Parts: sequence; structure tokens; C-alpha cells
Amino acid sequence: MFDFTDPVLLARAQFAFTMAFHIVFPAFSIGLASYLAVLEGLWLATKREVYLDLFKYWLKIFAVAFAMGVVSGVTMSYQFGTNWSVFSDKAGPIVGPLMAYEVLSAFFLEAGFLGVMLFGMRKVGPALHYLATLLVALGTLFSAFWILSVNSWMQTPAGFAVNAAGQFVPTDWWAIVFSPSFPYRLVHMVLAAYLTTALVVGGVAAWHLLRARRDTLGFGMEGARVMFSMAMGMVLVTAPLQIAAGDMHGLNTLEHQPAKVMAMEGHFQSHPDGAPLLLFGLPDQEAATVRYKLEIPKLSSLILKHDLNAPLAGLDTIRRQDWPSVPIVFWSFRIMVGLGFLMLGLGAVSLVARLKRRLYEWRPLHLYALVMGPAGFIAVLAGWVTTEVGRQPFTVYGQLRTVESVSPLAAPAVGSSLAAFAVIYLLVFAAGAFYILRLMSEPPKHGESGPAADEPTRTAGIAPGPAQSPLTLTAGE
Amino acid sequence: MSGLPPFDIPTIWAFVIAFAVFAYVVLDGFDLGIGLLFQFFPERRDRDVMMNSVAPVWDGNETWLVLGGGGLFAAFPLAYAIIMPAIYAPVIAMLLGLVLRGVAFEFRWRTERGRGLWENAFIGGSFVATFSQGLALGALLQGVVVSGRAYGGGWWDWATPFTLLTGCAVTAGYALLGATWLVLKTTGDLQNHAYRVARPLVFATVGAIVLVSLATPFLEADYWRRWFEWPGVALTAPVPIAVAATAIVLLRSLESRHDWRPFVMTLSLFFLCFVGLGVSIFPNVVPSRVSIWAAAAPESSQIFVLVGASVLIPIILAYTAHAYWVFRGKIDPDAGYH
Repeated sequence: MFDFTDPVLLARAQFAFTMAFHIVFPAFSIGLASYLAVLEGLWLATKREVYLDLFKYWLKIFAVAFAMGVVSGVTMSYQFGTNWSVFSDKAGPIVGPLMAYEVLSAFFLEAGFLGVMLFGMRKVGPALHYLATLLVALGTLFSAFWILSVNSWMQTPAGFAVNAAGQFVPTDWWAIVFSPSFPYRLVHMVLAAYLTTALVVGGVAAWHLLRARRDTLGFGMEGARVMFSMAMGMVLVTAPLQIAAGDMHGLNTLEHQPAKVMAMEGHFQSHPDGAPLLLFGLPDQEAATVRYKLEIPKLSSLILKHDLNAPLAGLDTIRRQDWPSVPIVFWSFRIMVGLGFLMLGLGAVSLVARLKRRLYEWRPLHLYALVMGPAGFIAVLAGWVTTEVGRQPFTVYGQLRTVESVSPLAAPAVGSSLAAFAVIYLLVFAAGAFYILRLMSEPPKHGESGPAADEPTRTAGIAPGPAQSPLTLTAGE
Repeated sequence: MSGLPPFDIPTIWAFVIAFAVFAYVVLDGFDLGIGLLFQFFPERRDRDVMMNSVAPVWDGNETWLVLGGGGLFAAFPLAYAIIMPAIYAPVIAMLLGLVLRGVAFEFRWRTERGRGLWENAFIGGSFVATFSQGLALGALLQGVVVSGRAYGGGWWDWATPFTLLTGCAVTAGYALLGATWLVLKTTGDLQNHAYRVARPLVFATVGAIVLVSLATPFLEADYWRRWFEWPGVALTAPVPIAVAATAIVLLRSLESRHDWRPFVMTLSLFFLCFVGLGVSIFPNVVPSRVSIWAAAAPESSQIFVLVGASVLIPIILAYTAHAYWVFRGKIDPDAGYH
């Protein structure tokens, strides 16, 4: 099935592998940065110690996640050149500047405020420290803005011309940065990051609530209770918003990338009077049919066109060489949507428990929340697979084919690097996940220590850290 | 070459990227150097101090690499597209080395049992990243095969005796940067040991510079012209003398146990080498193959990023300078263990 002698497939596998590892960390740190800003803000407003404890608890986890996002991100910035050099030459005049802005804003954030946020509480005072926390949260959103602008332009290219050398050249930067799918994608991704973080926070809180014995409940578990309540409230609000945003994003995709939606829906054939919604099935790309399908008549037309009998075109209207991989897109989409509805359910169940004043006691809810802890990551990955595989067989949709984008490298070169990435990443990220889980396995305590108190400065960006206090000035002479 | 090239936007970008690369080389150079020297300092306490001496800055240092690469992609996409596949294996090895040593900063403090593993990852990752950068430099200098708008060679083209030499040269140079950084930042036995380690590294570095300089003009007729014909010769002629003078001052400052002069002299050595490279390469961006004007993105693209860069880079520089100022002076070996 997987052809190890095909350099294009190997290059795609390598990009997908390294990106899959990278994407979960930004998704987590975007949400966590905002959560930290909320916690610190609540602490400043109410002076309740528990918010400060929670802030310091999650700050330690943020430091590790951020570091892993940084190291895996350096790799991404070079892979466009190493493995997609023809794409880099042709799309560079447009994609390059957007990526450069991403680097500049991320650099600005790292160099400027992350260190203050991580280690500077006692050095700069609460107001300035809060400003740093807010700016870090804002910075992660800036990064997301630019990188999603790149991604959206590749999905729905606009504002460009093609020059004699075959390069895409900018004609309208506003149209490039705000390409047709960009607003929808940005909202969908940022909500995904918030939802992912809320689920992680909720899962960790649920774990500690489940482990707490009845007699200790209410004592020493204040942190877990507060964060459980916050997380469930966030899921309650964000999950329906996300489903609505996803629906709008889908309608936008139908307008600009119909083949992707056809693959998501499993519509190989056109339906002139009302298309069914396929719940399950096994798409067969060769035979252009979905086997063992379970469908609800006309529902797809209702969702996509808001009309039961609206005609919907199928992949039979698209040239076969322009089809994405239907089985992958079909299934990744169902995984994402299925998880989305489970998240909606979690929010609803938590609301019932809250109204019955059983939020901290009802164990089935805690089990539900615990199981859903990693669901955001899986949904993010599934959604990313849906949109990127759905863009195939193009890198710049409708303009530049993937097979024409790849570097002139032989299969053994790409195969070796892919193997090396697999070994190193599995070691490094398994260790990182282990250290993060170990931090999470401790409940948040009263008088929680920050990252600085018990260990020397590490990944901190450029910033004053306590381990670095100079002995004396004369010693430096 | 007749006269000086016009000073236009591609030229500005060439200098911005050259600056980012030089900033990267000297900044990450000393903290990679710490990794290279780790094995000669087996004491736990020494290693803590060494790592602490770069812990608050390595992340920012490394970001100059991303800025250099990102700048190249944005401003000279054709060069980025030719260079990266040409040095594929060294770049991938460098990235993996940087991943390993980067997480070692974080993970080394998180585990007692796994400490040895992450210290080895720190040493190995630093070495692989450093040596790969040397290989990449040599591969670009010796010339890459270009066909049309793409790299036209094989994936082992970079492996030659010359690139092996440049790999060793960069390794010696970074180790010297690391050793003189330790001289600057430490006291007592650790500093004494750093003085001892630095001396042979001076000879190794200067020897490597001499060998690379002797070999370079024979790689391409283009280099010969640039080095020994006007106006290049005006720059290349004083360089050997300046290198010799700097090396002598460096050795004497080590003997007289000066604190900061060895590090500054090592930075000067790197700067002189960088000027030499600039004379060999500029105004090309793929050495001897593609000029900055041929590789330049449309003016609209270059200006679009230049606007943001001219605001953000000075702020980043100011903040970086401030951070180094805050951390001036010696590392307290007991800090972090209260």
C-alpha cells in the first residue's frame, strides 16, 4: 500500500509526521496561554489564592509544552526548502513573507515576554507580569494568525499573478492575507485550541477529583474543583460555537473547494434532487463507490444547502486526477465531527450536574471528562488531515500540483531522513509527554511553586531568571 | 568586478540575512560550544553551571537560525529552493541535533534517572548540529550543481574532503567560543579548566582557518578573482594579518588570565572569517551560481516583510542586549539549588 520508492509519498509522509507532532503543541499552548491570562486576571481581581496556585500549576506545564513547540517548529521552517523546494521557489514570493511574519512575531514573543511570564513574577511586580502574560497570549494568537494565513492562501489562493518564471507573485497583499477561507479557518482553529485546552484541564481536574477520597473531598481539592468548573463551563460554551463555526467553514469549503466536501461526504455520484448524509461506510476510491453505507436521505442537502431537495454535485463532475483520497478525508472528517458531538455532550451533561449541584461529586461525569481529556488533540489532528488531504492533489489548490512541488531528491534520501525523524521524535516526544503527564499527576496544591522556585532556568527565552543572578559586578571585570 | 553594485532592496535584504546568520553563528556558536565541551567537564556541579550560563539565552540565540532561514525564504525564494536540497542531509542532521540538545535543557532537570541520557543527548546533539553546519558551509563554498531553477546534484554531493575540513573548522571554532564564554562567565576550578581547554582550541581554530583559506581560492576560479583582484584584494590582503594579530592577542589574554578579552578576540576571529566569506560570496546568494538579484522575490514581497522586520528586529536587538546586560557577570554555582 505504501510505496517506499516514491519520493513524493515519502516527502508527504515526512511532512505529515513532523507536522502532526508539531501541531498539537501550538494547539495546546494557544489555549493554555489564554487560560493562564484568565487565571492571573482572576487572581488580581479577586485575590483568591486558588487562582494563583492554578496559574503556577499550569505555567509549569506550559513551559514544557512551549519548549517542545519551539524545537519542533524550527524543523518545520526548514522543511519547505529541503523537501518542497519547487513549491518554495514558486510560492515563495507569497508564502515566504507570511511565514517571515510568523517567525518575527513568534521571535518577538519569545525574546520579549515569555521569560518574564515564566520567571519574573517577583522581579517585575504583578501589573507588569500580567501584561507579559497577556502579551504572550496575544503573541500565540499572532503566530496562529500568520500561519493560518499561509495555510488558507494555499487552500484558497487569491491576490496573485504568475510571472514568466512560473512564480506566484503578489498583486494584492490584503487579498492574500485575508484569502477567502482565512476568517473561517482562523476562528475554527482558535476555537479548537481553546476547546482542546479546556478538555485537557477538565481531564486533569477529573482525574484528581476521581482519585480524591470522599473524606478529603472539599479539602485540598479546591484547585481541582475550580479548574473542573472552569473547564466544563468553557466546554459548554465553546463546543456548540465550534460546531457552528465548523458548519460555516464547511459551507465556505463547498464554495471554494467542492471536491474536498464531496470527499468528506463520500459523494462519488451527483444527487440532482437531494443528497443523503452518509453516517458510515467504506469508500472505495477505485470503484468510485461507498460500500456498506448507512445513510439518511436528503440530510446532506439540508446541511449544505439548507434545502432538502437541493441538488448536490458529486466527484463524477470532477476530473479523476483532481480527486483527493476519499477514504482518508471521509474518515478523518467523521472522527472530528464525532468527537465534536461528544464534546457537546460533555458540556450538556456538566450543565445538568451543575444545576443539580453535583458537579464535583458525580463520578460518571468525571469519568466522561477524563476520557475526553485527549479528545481535543485527536480532533485537531483529524481536522487537519481532513483539510490538508482534502486539498490534494495540489499544494496550492487548483494551481500547483503536489507532485510538481517536491524537491529533486531521490527516495533513499527522503526515506533515511523520515526514519531518522521517526526515531528521534518518538524518543523526544515520548519523554516530553511523560514529563508533562507526571506534572499533571500531582494535584494543584495550596502555595503551588512556579517553574522557578525549585529548579534552575531552562527554556525561558531571553529573560531574567533567578538561577542567573550575577554574583558581583566586580567579578565580571 | 567593476565598481560597487547598486544599493537596492535586494542588497538591503542580503545584509539583513547576513547579519542574522552572523548573529546566529556567534550566539548559538557559544552555546553549542558549551555542549561540545561538556564531555571534558564530568563534574555534576560544573555541568550545572555550564548549562545555567546559557540556559536563559539559547532559545533566543537559536531563533536567529529561523530568522535567517525564514528571511532567505521570503526575500530570495529561489536561493532557498536551491540551497536546501543541495545540503539536505546536513540540514536534516542539524535539525535533529538541535531538537535533541534543545529538549535536553528542559528534560535534564526533570529526571534523576534519565540525567545521563539527556546529557549525552546534549553532547551528541550539539556535536551533530555544529559539524553539520560546517559541512553545509563547505558544501555551499565548493559550489552546488544548479540545473534550471533547481538543485541538480545528488544527495551525497556535499561529502568531500573540503567539507570535512570545514566541519572540523566550525567545530573547533564553536568549541573555542564555548571555552572563552566559560572563562568569561565562571570562576574557580571551572574557569581554570576553561583556560586550559581554550589554548589548544586557539591553535586548532586558527589552523583550520588557514587550511580553509588556502583551499578556497582553488575551489572556483571566481574566488581566485575575488580574492586577488581589485576591489576584493583591498579586503582580503589585510585579513591574514588581522587574523594573526587577533590570534596572538587571544593567546596572550589567555596566558594573562584575562576575563573577557579571550571571548571578544574569538568573536573578532569569527568576524574576520565572516568578512572573508562575504568577499567570496557577495553579491551572490548561492556562491558562484545565483546572484541576489536573480534570486530576489518581487519587490512587493521584499518590501512587505522589510516593513515589519525594520520595526521588530531593532526591538528584538534592544531586548537581547538588555537581557545580556542583566546576566552580565559570573554565574553563581549555588543558584537554583536553594
